[in-house]
Amino acid sequence: MCAVPTTEQATGSAAAVSGPRTGDLPRRSLRRLLSRRSAPYLLIGPALLVIAAVMAYPMGFLASLSLQDYGLRELLAHQGTWVGIANYARIAENPLFWQVVGRSVLFTGVTVALSLTLGTLLALLMERVSGPVRLMLSGGLIFVWATPVVVAIDVWQWMFDYEFGVVNWTLTHVHAGSFIHHNWFESPLEGFGIITALVVWGALPFLAITLYAGLMQVPRELVEAARVDGATAWKVFWQVTAPILRPIFVILLSLSTIWDFQVFNQVWIMLNTRPSSDYFLMGVYSYVEAFRVTQYGRGAAVSVVMVVILMGATFFYVRQMARTGELD
Amino acid sequence: MAVRARRRHARRLGYDVLGVLAFAVMIFPVYWMIATAFKPGRDILSLTPRFLPSPATLVNFSDALARPYFWSSVRSSLIVVLSVVAISLALAFTAAVGVARFGFRGRRAFLVMILVVQMVPLTALVIPIYLLMDGVGLTDTLVSVIVTYLAFIVPFMVWTLRGFVANIPVELEEAAMIDGCTRAGAFVRILFPLCAPGLVATAIFAFIQAWNDYIIAYVLLRDPGHQTLTVWLASFTTNHGTDWGPLMAGATLTSVPVVAFFLMVQRHVTSGLTAGAVKG
Repeated sequence: MCAVPTTEQATGSAAAVSGPRTGDLPRRSLRRLLSRRSAPYLLIGPALLVIAAVMAYPMGFLASLSLQDYGLRELLAHQGTWVGIANYARIAENPLFWQVVGRSVLFTGVTVALSLTLGTLLALLMERVSGPVRLMLSGGLIFVWATPVVVAIDVWQWMFDYEFGVVNWTLTHVHAGSFIHHNWFESPLEGFGIITALVVWGALPFLAITLYAGLMQVPRELVEAARVDGATAWKVFWQVTAPILRPIFVILLSLSTIWDFQVFNQVWIMLNTRPSSDYFLMGVYSYVEAFRVTQYGRGAAVSVVMVVILMGATFFYVRQMARTGELD
Repeated sequence: MAVRARRRHARRLGYDVLGVLAFAVMIFPVYWMIATAFKPGRDILSLTPRFLPSPATLVNFSDALARPYFWSSVRSSLIVVLSVVAISLALAFTAAVGVARFGFRGRRAFLVMILVVQMVPLTALVIPIYLLMDGVGLTDTLVSVIVTYLAFIVPFMVWTLRGFVANIPVELEEAAMIDGCTRAGAFVRILFPLCAPGLVATAIFAFIQAWNDYIIAYVLLRDPGHQTLTVWLASFTTNHGTDWGPLMAGATLTSVPVVAFFLMVQRHVTSGLTAGAVKG
């Protein structure tokens, strides 16, 4: 097992445990000094290396790529030609690009608003139901949470199949209209309705369970005191519960925005990897420009715009984390 | 008094009904997938859907297993996922110990970076990652996918494990060192086992992320012989129509490991191994 400690190890570890004490380090051999100082760097080094190689470096490469003409020939030569902001100029003069940006912002807004509202309602419901129902509901949510995205897309595609889909049959039979052979993806508005529903459905378990855990931390006395003072359930929620949950809301809002703004799979697989330009969101548009049109530079420019738009959301998230002291 | 009690009872009942309804709406797609997977073809392609899979059949499952590239996809997925879990655990645990147990210059910057990096949209990095992997000749190899997943998974794991490490009293390690352990020995013999719930939880997180990803594998693995299960599943739908029965069977099979692991995390995360460790 453990060997008898040498004095070197004992003192070395004691100094390390008590944190960085740069001032009172007695003179030791350079090697030991180095090893003690460098221990944390050696520990974080490998992780840092991977993150730098496959995230930081590609980020920089993405930015430089967006300033290059990089098509099929350049792909084969592994060398692009610098063209300055020509890619940005090209996409900016294309009306489709602005449509896609607007559509992505709208899609993200609607999806985030719906998932946060429904998530909160579900969390409040979980708080109010009896034990067995709560167990059933949270069990169901966990199953939905665990469903892989690609699986969920396939299942929704099947449920909304125009010919044998269970949804068309059900809607027709509850007399909501005639939905026999109704193709939901013929009109982009209806198609996006389904894509939104699918994204919201997939996001709800995480949101509801996180918010429910947050609700459990709201002191009961506060809620009861407000009730005794005659506050309605509506008022209790907005004036007692919501302010306490604010930090959680900020984090969930940022995360949802980031996730929903980069939606790709749901559009791509739902429309059998050939969505019409009416279905382009920014992620899909950038992918098509790069891999279908083989204009990697232009696709990169779209991606850069996407990252820049998302930075706002990131900012609020990081600030909230810093405020709650998570960084210390 | 009795009226008020009855009213409260009625309200609770109303909420319960709502709760059951919400459960039914949420779970229906999952149910429909499993039900379809067990139905014979004529019940799937019937204009009046059958809500119960009776008579049940396993023919969709055998059809799915017999489809081209199923087994090679399972193999690819397993290799990718197991490598990602093993390597990411090692990277994330050491980094978490570094951050939680040492104060050093750049620590806060490292934490901010860990946090910011999690916000990077994966979809935006697909193009440069593809070109970089292509440049070093790694496309169509599982290595490219494994390395990419690591970069996207490790930050979250460091963040989570750091919390687990920080919650373990440093006195336990100090006691071990007084008893003759080296600092590294204390990490391995004390910290590592005590972090077991956190390690299991993050390992399962890594498993699920790597198992579920589509876009990276779709872009980097063009050869169908190398593709992972999700790509295999997404390529089921062709322009000639879809075999819904085998597709749902394949979808069910793809979900099973994820659901199983997910249910395990729920249990492990809540059990605190260190509860009472310092009371002794």
